[in-house]
Amino acid sequence: MSSLSASEVSTSGDSRRPSGTATGANAPAQPADPQQPDAPAAPSAPDAPADQTAPAGEEAAPKPKAKKPAGKKPAAKKPAATVEPRIERKYQVDTSVPPAVSVQDVSITYRTTFEKVPTLKSAIVRFGRGERAVREVEAIQNMSFDVPVGTALGILGANGAGKSTLMRALAGVLPPTSGRIEVRGKISSLLSLGVGFNSALTGRENVVLGGLAQGLTREQVAERADEIADFAEIGEFMDMPMRTYSSGMSQRLAFAVSVHMEPDILLIDEALSAGDAKFKNKAAAKMDELMSSARAMFLVSHSLGSIRQLCNDAIWIHKGKLMMRGTPEECGAAYTKFLEVGETAFTLEDF
Amino acid sequence: MSTKDVVRDADADLQVYSPHRAGLPRFGPYFRDLRARLPFAAESSKASIRAAHSQTVFGQLWLILNPLLMALVYYILVVILRGSGGADTLAHIVSGLFVFHLVSGSMSAGASSVTGGGRLIMNMAFPRLLMPMSAVRTAFFRFLPTLPVVLILKAFTDEPWGPQMLLALVFLGFMTLFSIGIAAVLATLQVYFRDTSSFLPFFTRIWLYMSPILWSIDSLDTSPVAKYVDLMVVVNPLFSMVGGWTELVLNAQIPSPSMWLAAASWAVGMTVVGSLFFMSREREFAVRL
Repeated sequence: MSSLSASEVSTSGDSRRPSGTATGANAPAQPADPQQPDAPAAPSAPDAPADQTAPAGEEAAPKPKAKKPAGKKPAAKKPAATVEPRIERKYQVDTSVPPAVSVQDVSITYRTTFEKVPTLKSAIVRFGRGERAVREVEAIQNMSFDVPVGTALGILGANGAGKSTLMRALAGVLPPTSGRIEVRGKISSLLSLGVGFNSALTGRENVVLGGLAQGLTREQVAERADEIADFAEIGEFMDMPMRTYSSGMSQRLAFAVSVHMEPDILLIDEALSAGDAKFKNKAAAKMDELMSSARAMFLVSHSLGSIRQLCNDAIWIHKGKLMMRGTPEECGAAYTKFLEVGETAFTLEDF
Repeated sequence: MSTKDVVRDADADLQVYSPHRAGLPRFGPYFRDLRARLPFAAESSKASIRAAHSQTVFGQLWLILNPLLMALVYYILVVILRGSGGADTLAHIVSGLFVFHLVSGSMSAGASSVTGGGRLIMNMAFPRLLMPMSAVRTAFFRFLPTLPVVLILKAFTDEPWGPQMLLALVFLGFMTLFSIGIAAVLATLQVYFRDTSSFLPFFTRIWLYMSPILWSIDSLDTSPVAKYVDLMVVVNPLFSMVGGWTELVLNAQIPSPSMWLAAASWAVGMTVVGSLFFMSREREFAVRL
């Protein structure tokens, strides 16, 4: 646990962002952190990230800081009181209208079989022995929160905390076991790239297929096809089968298809990485544009930095329970502290 | 009990996700959604047809070659067993076998449609019934190019032609509907028992022999099983459907009312039961994959 948490923290904010600012816009290319799609390189605001990530952590969670390698510290010590948002949001937080999303005492329990492939034979054998081959996984437990229009909600949590399950429940993929989820508006989800693609088809055909899979109409796909092709920058490969693509090319195409939508309520799962450094900048800019135009936005990310920059509200979940709801700084700090100190210590200290 | 109610709100759709216990979703929103997403089912079916033969020498020609070669194999089998054969026999086998492949193709593609679409199911919310429907569409469009082959072969026989042959389209419609129903049932079973698709080839083979494809209904008159014909019409859905189809296409004869009734009830019944069964389980698929 401790080794995991240490690496979490160091990649998530402090070590990466200062160096990003120091070396300029190409920094996200460094192999140390290849998975951050929204690395600090939105070209419009190259300086913003450095000023905010570290101090926020510094104020609220001094303990974890102390354990950090000394070399990282100078860059992190720049003083700044508030976090400047990276994006201008089209919708302001409005609590007078019904919330965009309302999660009411929701629990989700998976009943998974512990055999890898359920077969008739094993079912019969089990039936004969009077066994039941289900194991219950309580992925989400009694979670309640409202998300007003205009909110950009960051969702923090360690691996296996139930973040993805929550997102899938919001998207309507997984029905809740108990409780109720109300969603006002059309959900657009960016949970996975290249869903519905077929590698035997050309890029152009896959654009149509992927767009329709996302729920666009044929007209909408036709309108956007050229824009998507331009965005993906794969040139003449657009008319070649996708199996001939390099992995970077297919990722870029998948990303391009996924982000060309009209989000109403946007769900984004972390680590939608795509392409080289140059494309990453473009991808980050496009993501910012998408997020700014959504009525409400949910972002799952391990990067505290991007949650601080992109969100105006946050929740922290752990093992299916809602641990905290607050500003991204508060949640980030509490989460960081929790990871550093470990579960037992946290429990003893604070409860 | 419903999972998804869509109520018009002032400015946006309100969707409610709440628990269910194997209940059915609300039909209104479900089928509205289904219709809106039909282009996706069509496109993914087109994609799978295009992809299937994209790397072969004959390409799309396999859509005709494959069933034709299969028909030849069965023709040889019948000629050996019966000791006689001709253009008539071949035309009979071909007309029945091609349309049988519509149903059996729907069954095998339908069975794997949900389990094979894991990523789609885990990441997108849409009416899952689209997946078996897409599989049936694939089977249907694989069947269509074989239709001229049947008519060409018929030209070599001295069977009559007539406008009543067009009624065969009704039986084709019955079989397509029936395919949707059975594909939905098999897709659901496959989620719970992954052996389903392994059993399927044996089951379809037996079904082929039980249906009037390698033999004709008329030839039963002299055989000892003649007394079971009435029972077969009721029990075997393909007996009436394939039988009626062949009578119309090949002999330009309008089938008896009992054939119509049996075919229509099987088609409609199977579609309704299959779709409802599928819809009652489909929200569990995301957890089961």
